[in-house]
Amino acid sequence: MSLDMKVDGKSKNRADDLAQGILGTPMDRPEGLLKVTGEALYAAEDLPGNCTFGMLVSAPAQGDVTLSNEAEIRDMPGVLAVIHDPRMVRNAAQGTMDEAPVQGVDHAAYAGQAVALVVAESFEAARHAAQSVKLGLSGEEGPIDPQAVETEESEGNRFVRGDLDKAMASAAHTVDAVYTTPSMTSAPMEPHAAVAWWDGDKVTVRASLQMLKYNRNELADCLGIDSENVRLLSPYVGGGFGSKLGISPEAVAAAIAARELGRPVRVVLHRRQMFEVVTRRSETRQHIRLAADGDGRLTGLGHEVLVSNLPDEPFSEPVTQGTHFAYPAENRLIRKEVARIHRPAAGSVRAPGEAVGVTTFEAAMDELACAAGMDPVELRLRNIPEKDPEQGIPFSSHMLEPTLREGAERFGWFDRDPELRARREGEWWIGTGMAAAFRVNILSEAQARVRLTAGGAVVETDQTDIGTGTYAILTQIAGELLGLPADKVETRLGDTDLPPGSGSGGSWGAASTGSAVWLAAMELRQRIADAMGCDEAELTLKDGQATCGNVTQPLEEILGGESLVGHGHVKPGDALEEVMQSTYGAHFAEVAVNDVTGETRVRRMLGCFAAGRILNEKTARSQCHGGMIWGIGMALTEGVTHDRRTGRMVNRDLAEYHVPVNADVPPLEVHFVEERDPWAGPMQAKGIGELGICGAGAAVLNAIHHACGVRIRDLPATPDKVLAGLLQ
Amino acid sequence: MRPFDYTRAENVSDACAAAFAPEAQFIAGGTNLVDLMKLEVMAPGELVDINRLGLDRIEESDGGLRVGATVTNSDLAADARIRQDYPVLSRALLAGASGQLRNKATTGGNLLQRTRCPYFYDTDSACNKRSPGAGCAAIGGETRNHAILGTSEHCIALHPSDMAVAMRALDARIEVQPQDGPAKAYEMDRFYCLPGDTPHIETVLEPGDLITSVWLPAPKGTRQVYRKVRDRASYAFALVSVAAVIEMEEGRISHASVAFGGLAPMPWRDVEVDALLAGAEPSADLFDEAADILLQGAQPQEGTEFKLPLARRALRAVLEEATL
Ligand SMILES: Cc1cc2nc3c(=O)[nH]c(=O)nc-3n(C[C@H](O)[C@H](O)[C@H](O)COP(=O)(O)OP(=O)(O)OC[C@H]3O[C@@H](n4cnc5c(N)ncnc54)[C@H](O)[C@@H]3O)c2cc1C
Repeated sequence: MSLDMKVDGKSKNRADDLAQGILGTPMDRPEGLLKVTGEALYAAEDLPGNCTFGMLVSAPAQGDVTLSNEAEIRDMPGVLAVIHDPRMVRNAAQGTMDEAPVQGVDHAAYAGQAVALVVAESFEAARHAAQSVKLGLSGEEGPIDPQAVETEESEGNRFVRGDLDKAMASAAHTVDAVYTTPSMTSAPMEPHAAVAWWDGDKVTVRASLQMLKYNRNELADCLGIDSENVRLLSPYVGGGFGSKLGISPEAVAAAIAARELGRPVRVVLHRRQMFEVVTRRSETRQHIRLAADGDGRLTGLGHEVLVSNLPDEPFSEPVTQGTHFAYPAENRLIRKEVARIHRPAAGSVRAPGEAVGVTTFEAAMDELACAAGMDPVELRLRNIPEKDPEQGIPFSSHMLEPTLREGAERFGWFDRDPELRARREGEWWIGTGMAAAFRVNILSEAQARVRLTAGGAVVETDQTDIGTGTYAILTQIAGELLGLPADKVETRLGDTDLPPGSGSGGSWGAASTGSAVWLAAMELRQRIADAMGCDEAELTLKDGQATCGNVTQPLEEILGGESLVGHGHVKPGDALEEVMQSTYGAHFAEVAVNDVTGETRVRRMLGCFAAGRILNEKTARSQCHGGMIWGIGMALTEGVTHDRRTGRMVNRDLAEYHVPVNADVPPLEVHFVEERDPWAGPMQAKGIGELGICGAGAAVLNAIHHACGVRIRDLPATPDKVLAGLLQ
Repeated sequence: MRPFDYTRAENVSDACAAAFAPEAQFIAGGTNLVDLMKLEVMAPGELVDINRLGLDRIEESDGGLRVGATVTNSDLAADARIRQDYPVLSRALLAGASGQLRNKATTGGNLLQRTRCPYFYDTDSACNKRSPGAGCAAIGGETRNHAILGTSEHCIALHPSDMAVAMRALDARIEVQPQDGPAKAYEMDRFYCLPGDTPHIETVLEPGDLITSVWLPAPKGTRQVYRKVRDRASYAFALVSVAAVIEMEEGRISHASVAFGGLAPMPWRDVEVDALLAGAEPSADLFDEAADILLQGAQPQEGTEFKLPLARRALRAVLEEATL
């Protein structure tokens, strides 16, 4: 049996009436101890016997590939095979692609592409052999500069209404600015890794992946076999940030090599390959125009963007995703162009779309506040839409105002002197800035199984925990519904033999797979209620006891030695068309900008967020912390430099690609505004994983402007750029 | 990484003899060398481990301090005598790398760390330092962590050390045991070589030469400042750094030695800058003039032009702080 639900309308608030009281609490991760003691084995660490080791060979430039010294490489000590197979892939699959990405490695479409795999008896031998491969590269090289090619318009992202030019001409206040953001990379700590072995026609791959049900089909498609013959295992993932959404070259190559050799093969990406063969966030160029009346109400907005990707990649950075619904304005011009260039493939990275789109747009909103002489919080408050400005449908809930108000209050926002360059401490200019946060909410199809026995419950799904806390929240959901303390619930994840969850990405893992677990446990509640002869709604389950009316019975007794299995299946439904669903927040930052050097240090940061029911206060807070830290990185330090001649990434390691380090991160405060979004499914919870990064960087950039009067529109705001502004 | 042999030397002469072999290389903390070996930028056939030579002591000597070559950056920064009398060195060390790296990195290794030019690190790119005569991919490429002083048309790589900049301002002497013959000592400006048309030759060291210690004379100034400008608050190489050792007498600068990082292929010092400052009364004009002298021969690339105003302002601020 199975409890299926298509989310077509509102759900009742059941969770608040349940008795166990663990949902929402800041419960520790059940797997936390394993992780901090090194006992949780990640993909590359759990090796089958007789394992061999592979290293991918990267092409230094574009071109048709020949391996010039293949025979020599095969003769090197320890080398078992040189694999250069047409089924190998050019780059990682895009998220939820569900089929093979572009295959074939006879041609390197970008500098840095993996074109062969060397397998040896040891990792060291494989690496040395891979480094010794000589490649011949010939033929035309494609363009690498997004500004220098003809672009194609992306129709799906276009929205035009009214006449923006006219609105700009007649507005009391306007902003007309171009913002640019560089390529960025996910930079998870754990590199991509895959260990593959075959048993007859079946291949098992232990890998570091975010979305197993799609990855399974992607790998099967790459190999030309049935999905039933592919099993993926990803019990622990050391960070994904979008880079592990799709099957990527190491997993495909490992599976091919393992078949050829008849032995298990492990392939781990080199840190440099982590930059190149997994997908990057596209660089963007964003032309933003804002027109407002004398009261600061938007009459027009324009967001025209240019992003890039390789030819044949279906993904293009959805920069304007948040712009479509963030603010009302009668006259609107939103469009996107895609430049087809030969840099490494672009894909989803930490909140694709809003991360860079909301950040730049919120910086432009700050420019408008300055132009209108208006407080930036007040400007946002005046521009809260009553319904979706483009689709005309209502919002499921709209929490911008409460998060703005509470955030401003807690931060002490209104104490600020609105004047620029008003506060100085020694060499440092001190300023504050704020930004709104928006992130669309997405529910994705998911299934889960819950088995209840006398000993407790076991939750099973192929859902992954990419370091976000999935083990914790699924345990809490099942425990809450079934009246079991957390130590009586075991959650098993990351195995395609288990029911397909939603995968982790797009912030949807918790609410989607969580709903499937909810439904599975709900089915069990109904069966228990049936057994006790009462209505499920009248049933109280707590600490292993079931109560109906005035009858209380231990669960164990009801089960009578049997086990009960519930199956939950949630699908998105009409709710999507009826209402617009988003999560909201407000960021506040205080920075110090050094007048001598242009260095910026964030002194404190506060985020106030609303995302429906918070399932675990601790893991949710950690997600927001992470997002805010990425926001600091986006504002101040992060960016891939592409060589202007080859497009190759120049700063492709963690010493030179600057993510924030501890010293860059000030005390961070996170507050949640409690909310129940009835449209969000049975738990009334929305995704929170990516909300924290959306707009966070803008609060920092706006604070820099307030501190020292320098407006940085070309991210990141490194000291050289700020100094150039100070010197003007 | 190429397969290699490993020997742990028990005494200095064995170490020197072992390292005299073709393709042999000393290994100290390994924080730079091992990275370069993994990338096959360096591919020694033999490593000679110098960590057991007893060169890990800091001793008072000849009115100064003798710092053993394998004293770690962490230990050196924390030494009470260094913190009290050579604070510029302690600060420079603590501004470098990360705590984990400093625990392994040694005094000798830090002096000899290679440039961070990304094209040097990329064996697919042309680099005259890696393969003489191959060309320089950095020129005309992406430049940021590159030099603007002392460069040549063959190489614009910079020396990335913080520690060495402070040592240069402190008039440190590098003490070397050659494989044959008596020990030698070098002033730092004699130790490092400018790239010219031989950018692969970075120091005067010959095969088998072991740095045994660095001798720090008694500091000539009590006002010591180290300032490092960088892209993030920690764990980033200097965009520009300035080390100043200043003494004041009756409102005038009686001694000045100022050294610079992030600007040149070696820890940089300009005798004319020091000479201008010595005996002068501190003023904004004086400091500007010092910056003019420092930067007069600068040859920035498109990506390093920002270092001109940055170096000027950093120098001015450091001198203001030191002479206040
Ligand atoms: C990510 C990262 C960030 C860093 N950031 C900074 C920074 O901000 N500032 C900074 O100053 N440094 C920085 N460093 C560099 C660090 O300081 C050096 O790697 C370290 O000092 C080298 O010392 P080591 O003992 O590990 O040298 P090794 O790696 O062991 O050796 C380096 C070289 O010196 C030779 N050598 C070592 N000892 C001797 C000796 N006694 N005689 C002769 N030859 C010898 C070796 O043969 C080798 O060629 C950073 C390094 C990394 C990896």
